[in-house]
Amino acid sequence: MTDVRVVLPVHLRALAKSGREVVVAVPGAELTQRALLDALELAFPVLGGTIRDRGTGRRRAFVRFYACEQDLSNEPPDEPLPPAVAASLASGAEPFLVVGAMAGG
Amino acid sequence: MTQVRVLAGTRKGAFVLTSDERREKWSVTGPHFGGWEVYHLKGSPADPSRIYASQNTGWFGQLIQRSDDGGLTWEPAGNDFSYAGGDPGTHLWYDGTPRPWEFKRVWHLEPSPTDPDTVYAGAEDAALFKSADGGASWTELAGLRTHPTGSSWQPGAGGLCPHTIILQEPRIYVAISAAGTLRSDDGGETWRVINRGLLSDGIPDPDAEAGHCVHHVEAHPAKPDTLFMQKHWDVMRSDDAGENWYEISGNLPSDFGFPIGVHPHEAETLYVVPITSDSLHYPPDGALRVYRSRTGGNEWEPLTEGLPQRDCYVNVYRDAMSIDTLESAGVYFGTTGGQVYASPDSGDTWAPIVRDLPAVLSVEVQVLP
Repeated sequence: MTDVRVVLPVHLRALAKSGREVVVAVPGAELTQRALLDALELAFPVLGGTIRDRGTGRRRAFVRFYACEQDLSNEPPDEPLPPAVAASLASGAEPFLVVGAMAGG
Repeated sequence: MTQVRVLAGTRKGAFVLTSDERREKWSVTGPHFGGWEVYHLKGSPADPSRIYASQNTGWFGQLIQRSDDGGLTWEPAGNDFSYAGGDPGTHLWYDGTPRPWEFKRVWHLEPSPTDPDTVYAGAEDAALFKSADGGASWTELAGLRTHPTGSSWQPGAGGLCPHTIILQEPRIYVAISAAGTLRSDDGGETWRVINRGLLSDGIPDPDAEAGHCVHHVEAHPAKPDTLFMQKHWDVMRSDDAGENWYEISGNLPSDFGFPIGVHPHEAETLYVVPITSDSLHYPPDGALRVYRSRTGGNEWEPLTEGLPQRDCYVNVYRDAMSIDTLESAGVYFGTTGGQVYASPDSGDTWAPIVRDLPAVLSVEVQVLP
């Protein structure tokens, strides 16, 4: 189990009734985006369907995932995160950012 | 003391407007769910403190919010609108090719008249969902979307939106742009298309069984078989539960528009807001006029006192008109310019409740004892 800091966009903070950042416990030996997001939705069920499409499980079109100044949005969700990113998330040095994309007004 | 509560859904949140029965001075709270599109919110007739709201953005998708205290506080309800069956099938896309049905957003919420925990949701693409647990979980009534004509339905510019739900349980009417009107006599299990008499120039066969761009339908509770429709073009009426429709546009300056309303105490008194055309979504001559018929259609009078009669180029959307049930019925509508207008005297005079909201998508009114 790895504790990971997750930064939420403002609208999802309102739904989760959280601050800017939450900490979620991610199971598994290796960190993957799917495991991290599953843990986030388990801790905050109200976020179900708001980050990933309920039907397909895919990232919603205007949501992005960043960490350690890297765009992870299009990385395969079941691939282990790059070792340096995983180490930074696991140590708490860096958060995983869920971002509402710049798209429209 | 009697209170009147107007629920306004807008492009950037929901607002709750309240007044006493004089409907002259209003207080405004909101935005609730600021920054989100609120296509519709509506109170339960069985428990006016229970309000359901449809909250959506392109970023984070669909939520349903529920209030149990008249809109003071809200809690997210269920948002799993999975279509029934593993393979949902297809409808026609804009280019004429088959396209899988896909949930996009909830356009309209219709609470049961008798049970505050039962509520129906009209969801794009063309699906009707029902919740019997206060919105916590939703089940698709798939007989609507899987009607034999369903695979031929094509979206209009706004998508395949089920925007009208009329509950006369076990009878249910639903209207969908651009499929038309359908009726179920068994609580939503099976459906029949009821479009006979509609003529639409914008489709290959003007009197086709399905494919009509119906904008809104209303019924009077005392005459449940009488329906009034604002179609893309044409104002229509049926006196036989939708089996046959006939035109009642009469002397309207334009029979294009979106909402239509029925007076609560006069079953032959109707309201529409004529819009110039399908490409000019603003009132004719820049003058915002509600038209009232006291004869069930065909003979219409303009209602202008208190409404802008020059340089007005707003639109009024299909769910953005509502009428209260007080003895002197109040009529309310919202505009794309952010005004919500109220008339406490059945349309004779008007005044804005608010002028500068985001574009108004829906207006509903409740009368509280």
